[in-house]
Order: sequence, then C-alpha cells, then structure tokens
Amino acid sequence: MTVIGQIEPIQARARAGIAAVATLDDLRDLEAELLGRRSALAGLKSAMASLSPEERREAGQALNAARTAIAALLGDRRAVLESAEMQRRLEAERLDLTEIPAGSRHGRAPERGHLHVVTQARDHLEDVFVGMGFTVAEGPEVETDWYNFEALNIPSWHPARGMFDTLYVELGEPESILLRTHTSPVQIRVMEGGEPPIFSIMPGRVYRRDTTDASHLPNFHQIEGLVVDRGISFADLAGTIDAFTEAYFGRGIHSRLRPSYFPFTEPSAELDITCVVCEGSGCPTCGRTGWLELGGCGMVHPNVFRAVGYDPEVWSGFAFGFGIDRLAMMRHNIDDIRELVSNDIRFLEQF
Amino acid sequence: MLVPLSWLRDYVDLDLGLDELVVVLAELGLAVESVEHVGQGLDGVVVAKVLDIGPIEGADKIRVVQVDDGDGPAAPVQVVCGAWNFEVGDVVPFARVGAVLPGEFAIARRTMKGVVSNGMLCAADELGLPGVDHDEGILLLDRYLPPGGSFAEAMGIEPDVILELEINANRPDAMSMVGVARDLAARLGVPLRIPEPKVIEDGRAVGDVTTLVIEATDLCGRFVSRVLSGVKVGPSPDWLARRLTLAGMRPINNVVDVSNYVMLELGQPNHAYDLHRVAGHGLRVRRARTGETLVTLDDVERRLVADDLLICDAEDVAVGLAGIMGGASCEIDDHTTEVLLESAWFQPMAIATTSKRLGLRSEASARFERGADPEMATVAAARFCELLTSCSDTPISVASGMLDRVGDLDQREPVRLRTARVNALLGTMLHDEQISSHLGALGFGATLVGEGVHDVRIPSWRPDSSVEVDLIEEVARLHGYTAIPKTVPSSPHFGRLSAYQQDRRLVRQILVGAGASEAWCTTFLAPVDLQRLGLAVDEAVVVANPLAAEESLLRTSLLPGLLASVAYNESHRNAGVALFEIGRAFRRPVDGGPLPDEREMVAVALAGRDATEAVSTWMVLVEGLGVRDVRLVADAAPALHATRTARIVVGGTVVGWVGEVDPVALASLAIAERVGWLEIDLAVLLGLPHGEGRYRPISRYPSSDVDLAFVVADRVPAGEVEATLREAGGELLVRLGLFDVYRGAPVPSGHRSLAYAIRFQAPDRTLTDDEVAHARRGLIEAVEAAHGAALRA
Repeated sequence: MTVIGQIEPIQARARAGIAAVATLDDLRDLEAELLGRRSALAGLKSAMASLSPEERREAGQALNAARTAIAALLGDRRAVLESAEMQRRLEAERLDLTEIPAGSRHGRAPERGHLHVVTQARDHLEDVFVGMGFTVAEGPEVETDWYNFEALNIPSWHPARGMFDTLYVELGEPESILLRTHTSPVQIRVMEGGEPPIFSIMPGRVYRRDTTDASHLPNFHQIEGLVVDRGISFADLAGTIDAFTEAYFGRGIHSRLRPSYFPFTEPSAELDITCVVCEGSGCPTCGRTGWLELGGCGMVHPNVFRAVGYDPEVWSGFAFGFGIDRLAMMRHNIDDIRELVSNDIRFLEQF
Repeated sequence: MLVPLSWLRDYVDLDLGLDELVVVLAELGLAVESVEHVGQGLDGVVVAKVLDIGPIEGADKIRVVQVDDGDGPAAPVQVVCGAWNFEVGDVVPFARVGAVLPGEFAIARRTMKGVVSNGMLCAADELGLPGVDHDEGILLLDRYLPPGGSFAEAMGIEPDVILELEINANRPDAMSMVGVARDLAARLGVPLRIPEPKVIEDGRAVGDVTTLVIEATDLCGRFVSRVLSGVKVGPSPDWLARRLTLAGMRPINNVVDVSNYVMLELGQPNHAYDLHRVAGHGLRVRRARTGETLVTLDDVERRLVADDLLICDAEDVAVGLAGIMGGASCEIDDHTTEVLLESAWFQPMAIATTSKRLGLRSEASARFERGADPEMATVAAARFCELLTSCSDTPISVASGMLDRVGDLDQREPVRLRTARVNALLGTMLHDEQISSHLGALGFGATLVGEGVHDVRIPSWRPDSSVEVDLIEEVARLHGYTAIPKTVPSSPHFGRLSAYQQDRRLVRQILVGAGASEAWCTTFLAPVDLQRLGLAVDEAVVVANPLAAEESLLRTSLLPGLLASVAYNESHRNAGVALFEIGRAFRRPVDGGPLPDEREMVAVALAGRDATEAVSTWMVLVEGLGVRDVRLVADAAPALHATRTARIVVGGTVVGWVGEVDPVALASLAIAERVGWLEIDLAVLLGLPHGEGRYRPISRYPSSDVDLAFVVADRVPAGEVEATLREAGGELLVRLGLFDVYRGAPVPSGHRSLAYAIRFQAPDRTLTDDEVAHARRGLIEAVEAAHGAALRA
C-alpha cells in the first residue's frame, strides 16, 4: 500500500477517536498518540525515505495536510471540552446570594456604621453654602458674656436677655462666662479676626437652660450665616435665603420674611419656608398656614458693627440662623428630639 | 396677646377676610399664633325651664327631666341628664335634637335605660363658652328668661374670632387693642378711631381730696391720680365681662374689670385703690428701704431692696409695688365707695429689675418693662372714669381735674433719616414721599429738611425707635418685607471647607467605614458620672445654674457619654455596638485665661471587643489620614484598663489613648462586655503633618521575601522590635508585618516568639542572593543587639 493510501485510514481513525474523547485529559493523551513522535503519521514520514523525489513531494504534502486537519480537529474538540468543563465548574460554584448572613457577624455591629442624622444635615447645609461661596467658621462653646451678648447689642440690662435662658459656668466673675446660647459669638470672632467681604456660616452646638422634652434639649445645634460687604441690602438677604431654601429643600419650597425683633439685627425678620409636608396647601403640621417657621434673620445692627470696629456707614451686612436638629427631624419625620440623643443603635442605624 | 376681632373692630374697619387678615398681621410683625372661633354652634340651643325631675329605674347617675322649651308646660320635652346641680324651676340651656354644638358635637335622639332623651341640657364648656369651670354642671341661667328663646340672643353672644398674637419684645405699643388697630389702619390705609373719653366732673378739686408726692422722679416719669366717689362695687355689665373673658382675663368686679379693660384697650396699666384704706388719702412714690416688706395682692410678703420702687400712702407705708402689683391693704372690695386711680409711667429698667428679682410678673409689669406711653397716662385715667361711670347703676361723681406729676422723661429729639440710606439698606427705590407717608401712617411725623433728608418725630408710644435704622425698619414693615425685591450677592471668595474641616469629615467617614456609628452625647454630666469611672471631678467646669444635677458639670472626656450609650444599648439587648463621637471636652482653664481648656475630641467605644480591635481602628485612621511616625507606649490612665492601655504618640506629641476600658469602670455601669476604647485630641492630631504623600517610583525589579521569628522577652514591646527592624532594614526593606505571636514550649517562659514577614526590594536592580543574605543578617543582628532577642531556629 502506498504511503498516500495509508493516510486516509489514519485520518479516519483519528476523526473517530477525537469525536469519542470525553475529557481534556484523554484528549491530551490522544493528541500525543495522533501527532506525537510515535504516532502513525510519524511512522509514515520515516517510511517516505524510500520514495522517489516526485512521490516524496506528493506524499509529504498529503502528510502535512493530514497533520493540519487532525490538529484542527483536536483544537475544536478541546474548545468544546473546555467549555463543558467551565460549565461544570460554574455549576459547582453556584451561590445563593440571598442566603448570606446579612451585614452582621454573630449579632455584632454591621460592617459599616452610620453618620448621625444631625451630622448628615449639617454636612448637607455646609455643602449648599460652600457652593454659594461661603466658608465655615467655628468657635468655642463656652464663651464670655461679651461675645455672646454685649457685642451683639445686648447689654446686661437689656430685657432681651430674658429671651435667652442662659447657662453660666463657675469661672471668673459670676455670670461672666457662659455656654453660648447661639453661634452668633462666632460672627463677632470672624469680624474681629478679619476684614470684609465676609461670607461665612457658623454651625455648632449651643445651649439653653431648657427642661428636656419632646422639642427641647439643653444642648442642640444651630447654623448661622453672616455676609458683610459694601452695599449689602435686605434684598440680598431675602435673595440669599430664597436661593438657599431652593438649593436645600428643592424646587417648590420658597421662603418668606416677616417682621420680628432681635437686638442684633435691624430690620429683623422671621424666616418661614413653604411647609415641606403639604407644600403650601395647608396641613396640621403648619397649622394650615402653608408656612413653617425656620429661624430668624436680619440686617446686622450698627451697634454690632461698632462693637467690632467696623464703620456702619461703610459696611452693611445680614445674618441668619436656624436649628439644624429641627431640619433633620423635619426631613426624616422624627417627632421627638430626645431620639437624637438616645444613641440607641436601632435609631442610629436608620440613617 | 388675645385679640377678639369684635373688640378690634371698635377702632378700625376691617374689610377683609380672616385669612387675609392673618397674612396682613404676619406682614406687620404681629404674627397670629392661633385663631379661635367662639359663639358658633349655638343654633338649636334654646332657653328651657325645668318642669319635673324623676328617677330612672336601674340608674343611679342619670335622671329623666321634663323641660318647657317654648311650647308651654302642657307640652314638655323629655331628656335624660347626668348632672345634679339644678332643680325644678331652674332655667337652663337646652340643645334640641339636630343641634350641632362646638366641636362638631351633633345632638340626636337617644335612648338610655329604656328612656328616650330628646336633646341635651348643656354645661358651659359644651357650648364653647370660655373661662368657665368645666365641672360646674349644667349652666344655670337667669330664671326670668322666657323659655324657647335663642340661647345666644339671651346671653348676647355673637359669633366671634379670637386671634392670639405674638407681640415682639420691642413693641409694647402693640400690647393693646388700639395698638394693633393702629398698625392695621396704617397698613390698610383706613382711619384709626382712638377713644376720646369725656368725663363729667363734680366740681370738687381733686387736690382737695387726695395728695401726691413723687420723690423718685428718676424712676417715675409721670404719675396721674384721680378720685371717683359714690362707687358701688358689683359685677360688670355682660358686654364688658365678656370682652375681658375673650381676651383671657377673669372678670372680678366692675372697678377691677374697668381697670383691666382700659389696660387692654389702650396699653396703659393703671391701678385702683380704695381711697378710704389709703392712710392720709394721698400717695407718695419713693424707693424702697432695704429690708422693707410689702404684702402684694397675691398675699405674698415681698422683701424689698433699695432700687425697688414703691407707692406709699401719705403716711409713708407701702401700698403697692410700682408698676408690678398693688398691695393687699388697699385692695378694692365690696365695701369700697371711693376709688383713687393711679395711671403712671415707670422707668422700664427699674420695673424689669424688680420684677426679675422677685420672680413676679404681671400684665402691668410686662408693659412697663418694655416701655409704656407717657402721654397715655391722662387719657387712660379719663377713660377709666368714663367707663366706670357708664358701668354703674348708681351715679358716680368724679372729682374735677387730676393730679399730674411729671418726673424725668427723656426728651426725644427728631431723628434724621436719609432716603438714600433707606434704599441702600433695603435694596429698594423708594421716594421721599413714600417714606414720609409710610412713617406718617404709623404716627411718625416726617419733615423733609433737605433733598432726601427727613427729620422724624418719634411718637410717644414707640420707645423702641431712637436711631435711623429703627425708622428704616418701620418703613420696611409698612412697605412690606415681601414687596422688597430679592437679589443674590455674589461672594468674592471660593467657598470651601478648611483643611481641618475636611479632615474631620474624613475621620467620620473612616470610622463609619470601620463599622462605628456616630453618637450624640450630651455635653453635661453629673459629678457621679465622673466619680464612678475614677475620673477627676475637680478638673471639670461647673455649671452655675443647672436645671438638674445631671447637668451640673461639663464633660472632661467623651468616655462617660459613650459608655452610658453602650450600657443603654446592652440593656436593650443590643450588645456589641460600635459607637463614636466627635465633640468638645472641657477642663478648667490652665493658663489663667477666662475660658475653659476646650478641645475637640474624637472617641470610639467598641463594645464586645478588646484593646487589639481598638488599635486596629486607630491603625485604620492612621492609614486613612496618612499619619506618620506613630508609636504606642504602654501607660496607665484613669478609667482605662491598667494593663491594656497605651499612650498614642505621633512624632513625639501625645495625641490620645487607645486600649480598653477599666473593668471596674465597666462594672459600675453594669456593662458585661469588654469595651475597646480610643480617644484622640482631634485638633492636636490634625495639627501634625499628615496626608501629604509624595510619589515614590515603584520598583520594576524582583523582590525577595524572608520570614524571621525572634524570641523576645515579654517586657520588650513588639513595637520597639518593629522599629528596630525598620531602622536596620533601611531603603531595601519595603514591607514588614508581624504575622504570628507564639508563647509556649519550646519558647522559654516570660518570652514569646514574634514572627515577621519581610520583603526586600531595590529600586534600581535585582538583589543578588548575597545582598539579600546580608540584609537579612543585618536585621537579625540589630534585633539581637537591641533587645537581647534570639533568632528562632
């Protein structure tokens, strides 16, 4: 039988063998058998030495073609087997992702903690004002009478002192050092420590001599703002408050100013916003007025400017302030401020 | 302040709806806090006469009552009633079937114990009548009222609206019906009707029947007295009693009621004395003598000091605390026939000081301490005379004239107001005329004295106005805050958080990422909170006037608060909480300064975890913040575990403590778990260099790993071994980690094996085996030499 004549049966056997292989290991063995040094094709190649040059060329071409064809078959079969193997592996690795013990290790705290809801509100407020070109100022929580009252146009005899239920500490002269009743002392420190233009907010903890109940704590959080520049007007105050209101609460929530009285501002105003519950149509939360009282504001009183050495004929400005805790409570429907200081993990984890 | 709308309408025409009125009042700065409707729901309530009362079988609380509701005794109506305060012949209010009483209370035919009830006999509160005790039973009416008539008509009750106004502290003028009406009239552009009392005098000169001496002219700016004779004390007419009731004051008798009425109407407090009980029939106004006492109308003996102002009789005995409360000795009673009336102006600060010191506040002091109108004293006195005369069945004779003494009153100069300043401060474009017209409507007389310059006369009832900006506020108030345009000024600054503020947020995020939740603990502590943890009490700042003992100190550490929170959670079956807080801690001043040593601390409490986890948390912060040169030095601190605590030193500065809470401290709070603890002075930590990482090229050459285990005495901290390794390893040491600690045979007791995984790598070449071996030897020699350690075979 000619060399060429033997190729075809070898190829046929190879084709059948390859198709019958079921595992990658068997395929690797079969590959050695079909194409290795001791394979039938290798035997034929050595047998070609006895052929004429013409026949040798022809047989060589046929052998190569057969090799290539078998290699291709092996490759195809390997791909099929590899794919099946991967299918088996994936199937074996199947996981039910909803059966994993969730978030806790044997009843311990979850892997990730939670920021306090008041911090979240404060960060959000800071971000809105930073976006409007404000910086964030801070100051001591225990203050002198001067920073908390005198410099703010509230001399010791002023009846407005009664508006603040002040907690004093036993340092220095009686009633000379106190727990700040608002963050306004920071306004004084900012003005003393720098020059206009000032665009600053003052968030922080403040204190009142209040009995703890559903809406009062002796310590709570407030944010105030101060803008001082040439030509700042009440219109700027109203516009800034409005811009903030929309940025913080969203479109559809507006602000309204109405006359009020604070010793450190004049004209002074109460700051109302569209009721966030009914969006202005009137509901029990807003006493059917469509408005919620948010805080106070006004034009910085000339006496405050004089206290820090600013000429009120040159500089004008406005200030505003409101409670952070109440905002957080409004946003999350919390109806008792004592929840904020409970530090109950079941509360903290909700936010 | 309670303002009945019907009363307000005496002084101003209000041609607008209630909702609109509420908005206008808010825009005037007279915020409406509540709106109450009264006298409604009385349709179907009639006057009825009780004809018969009988028992109901099997019932001991209710009875069957027959009433005549207008169809005569022959056609009685049967009702069942649970009240027992009436008898046959009484006349009572009767709600017929179909009536809807205040509070949407619908009256229907009902059957009780088998007896049909065709309506309801009513108590005062069921009819929405204010100021009457609820448990008095059925309201008893005048027995001569004819049955069947409308109850509301019989009682002169008209539907009314009571507005509760919030009056700002600077607006004593608005603490009266006329004052509120004045603002409304100005805003609405309608006339204001102020009472112009007319008094018929009897020809006796008032100076002949009473005397008046003002000694303390600095505290008493004006004092008017008048005398009324032939007074018969009795109940006030219904209309007056009803107005007082609606305005929140209890009717007492005609003299007291008229006095209160005049105060509510005009804002002028005044006081009526029984002239016969005033020794010498005269008054003297002087400062109190220290230690002097006075029994006030509320029957409390008040001990006085020299700055208190007294009204005394002609024999110099105190009969009243000026501007605050009268004395009991000259009180009006049923036998009073002659009234001495006081209508005065007292210095606000003096009244405020005395009122505050005595803790005694009254409607009068509330007005005087904010500033009454000195010009109103005479008007109010006349109004009192006029009203009491008209409210009396018997003729009253008023002595002619009044004693009117003027003390020290500030001369109020006109205030200069610049139109340009108004517009600059408000952001408006008002003309001179608009400004003077706004001010004029409120009673401020503005005269143009130059282009854009007004001289403004301040009305006597506006003590709050004395400088230009006060007038600008008035212009804004009348113009309307909502009519002022809105503009947004642009900041010339880049808005940003300071580096400290950014880092503080980062600290929070890192701790949240590490599994801790943020707590908010109160700043206040009780001494016991510190004592039971073994923390010093004498370092704490003391609150001078706390409301509760739990609020008597400021915290010196975040530990007591966070531990209390751990205890709370543990006791609510939530063991293992991880809590952190960032907040201020306070200690008494150290440098002699006025303010406490106040520091912003960050603290972490890890319940159910030990000191090692606290250290891990600290290391997460170190990594996250890029803090360098950190050492932990074993140390002891109050309230912390004696053998599991370390000082944290960063670059030579102590920044805080890490470890575990003292088991004794935990036991004092009944905490069963271990609590890992970390507390850092945030400002100190963030003040040290951190986070400014410089790029170091990453070596492209292979690295070599070596493990080394040393037997080291227990007294040598692993941290020091590590420091030695780092120093000895130099540049080639790129990774170093403690991966195993072993105690037990064959390691000698008092020692442990510390195993480190070490990686060497050069930035510029592949290290040869010799180089690696050399570096390895260097580490071994260094550790052996420095710590008496031995390489473990």
